[in-house]
Amino acid sequence: MSGALQDWKSQKKPFAAIASVPVFWLALFFVAPMAIVWLYSFGENAGPADINISGTLDNYKRAIEWLYLSIFLKSLAVAALTTLICLIIGFPVAMAITFAAPKWRPWLLLGIMLPFWTNLLIRTYALMALMGTNGYMNKGLGGLWEGASWLRTLVGMQPLEAWTPIQLLYNNFAVVLGLVYVHLPFMVLPLYSALDRLDKSLIEASLDLGAGHFKTFMQIVVPLAAPGIVAGVMITLVPALGAYLTPDLMGGTDSQMIANVIERQFKRANDWPFGAALSFLLIYAMFILIALQSMKANKTKEVR
Amino acid sequence: MPETKQPIIQIRNVSKRFGKVTAVDNISLDILAGEFFVLLGPSGCGKTTLLRMIAGFEMPTEGQIIIDGQDMSLVPPNKRPVNMVFQSYAVFPHMNVTDNVGYGLRIAGVGKGEIRDRVAEALELVKLGGFEDRMPDQMSGGQRQRVALARSLVMRPKVLLLDEPLSALDAKLRAQMQFELSDLQDKVGITFVTVTHDQDEALSMASRVAVINKGEVAQLAGPSDLYEYPANRFVADFVGSVNIFEGKLTLDEPDKAAVDCPGLGKIYLNHGVTGPHGADVWVALRPEKIYLHVPGAGKAIRAAAQDAPDGHNLARGTIKGMSYLGDITLYEIQLEGGQVIRVSRPNLSRHDQEDFTWDDKVSMHWRADSPVVLLS
Repeated sequence: MSGALQDWKSQKKPFAAIASVPVFWLALFFVAPMAIVWLYSFGENAGPADINISGTLDNYKRAIEWLYLSIFLKSLAVAALTTLICLIIGFPVAMAITFAAPKWRPWLLLGIMLPFWTNLLIRTYALMALMGTNGYMNKGLGGLWEGASWLRTLVGMQPLEAWTPIQLLYNNFAVVLGLVYVHLPFMVLPLYSALDRLDKSLIEASLDLGAGHFKTFMQIVVPLAAPGIVAGVMITLVPALGAYLTPDLMGGTDSQMIANVIERQFKRANDWPFGAALSFLLIYAMFILIALQSMKANKTKEVR
Repeated sequence: MPETKQPIIQIRNVSKRFGKVTAVDNISLDILAGEFFVLLGPSGCGKTTLLRMIAGFEMPTEGQIIIDGQDMSLVPPNKRPVNMVFQSYAVFPHMNVTDNVGYGLRIAGVGKGEIRDRVAEALELVKLGGFEDRMPDQMSGGQRQRVALARSLVMRPKVLLLDEPLSALDAKLRAQMQFELSDLQDKVGITFVTVTHDQDEALSMASRVAVINKGEVAQLAGPSDLYEYPANRFVADFVGSVNIFEGKLTLDEPDKAAVDCPGLGKIYLNHGVTGPHGADVWVALRPEKIYLHVPGAGKAIRAAAQDAPDGHNLARGTIKGMSYLGDITLYEIQLEGGQVIRVSRPNLSRHDQEDFTWDDKVSMHWRADSPVVLLS
């Protein structure tokens, strides 16, 4: 077999022809703007709309001042917490789909992917409607509270005080919950694809050799699902780290993440060079994360 | 042959239904300690379901499985005194050979020194010494199977279950593993229960075979009894190759019987069959038990067939198909009545296959103890 699409090294021309359009597209609309923003990060404001690219490192120096570094670290912590919660919720969900009857599996997967069909903004507002002080969550909790109060009167105790709605929105809790909600499918899908590839007789073999379900899970399922776990963590952590909309809409004054700070530099503060430096700091951080992961992946490959 | 004849596994009226499908239909059988027991049947006959119920991966819908005197109804797979070698081998891909084989012992909390000794012993047993540090993806299918075997044997189970152990191996390796498995079973003295759809495998390894058809036991017998004395048409046809002709029982006495087969002719047997006179029966005749003659060798045939009255156990036909298999040649012969009969003939000398060719008229005879009369 040596078809035209088998090996790009021996068939350079057809490959060049096919690759040229996407390469051009990427160069024009991705690489070029990124390069411009990258250059801005070494510039300084010369007027309301002029940027003088002087090669200064002042923007980066400012970006690693504690004020910004702390927000950066906090974003990392929020993203990491989001990822961890997604992993804890996502693993059982992925396992449930894997072990579901074959006729149910496509529907369950559809259920996971369904939110993708709705705009992020609409999903976020829907969640906010649920979590507002007059939202269904508070109403539900209020109902439970009143029920408990009524039960107390039944046994002759004093009724509880009137229900005061809990402030669920506009705090760090809301941001993490919103991020988990948005990113859960990103965790479930790679986990599912790793678990689906796992030969079920390996699990049976482990049980057969005397291991209980928990030991089988820890010794067989988790190690063999490791590539899926790593992939799920990466594609949850990276976008969560750069999340903008969720902290902006659902967060309070103290829950801004690095993306919100960057947005402010480009808009209200009109300090593009500094915003560019912050953006690239985020990109460098993500590069390091991805590089660490692929180094790890290469290492395990060599061991095999 | 084992001396102990105690049943180690007792299967009591076990049925298994998946929705409306009955996979196992009221099977009862005993598997004796130390024997090499084979469950043989076509795919989908329920034999693997039965094995998985013994292992504990499926629960019987009805009935009871008793292993070593203990009812297994509520015992999960990880608490049963049996171990299984899976069809896919299920060798853990993220562990080397030593860790794979030692897995069960580690789970059981056996001491490190003992694990090392027992793993080494098990690897020696399956001839995998020197492979301790290999990862499964650096091994062939046959080697992975040995890892799976060692991993189960190291647990010293009361019963070793093997699900189609040889199906993924090539023909040469399969033949070799058949001998090795029998040998291994002799050495360790553990009861082996194997599932297979391959009759050669069953005949060569088993001390006893249960032929399963549509969830029921069609026959339970030793390998040679199964082949020479099949209980019904299904077993006769499934185990080995056979010619089956429909006929009527015309004579049935303690020391002789006769069947009139419209397709084949008059059949004479030198033993009784205990069937009702005039009953519809089937006669099974193995291809290798039929002798071929060139026409005109009438005297020779009469001399050869003298264990039957004149005109019995003889047939004539035309060779319509031939396949030369080296050790034997297989002939398809159209009888005068139009039916086709298969005859195999050993190539005892180098030119035997040249004796007959397509469209040759031939005569056939068989001995009076060769046909088997089947009532179902």
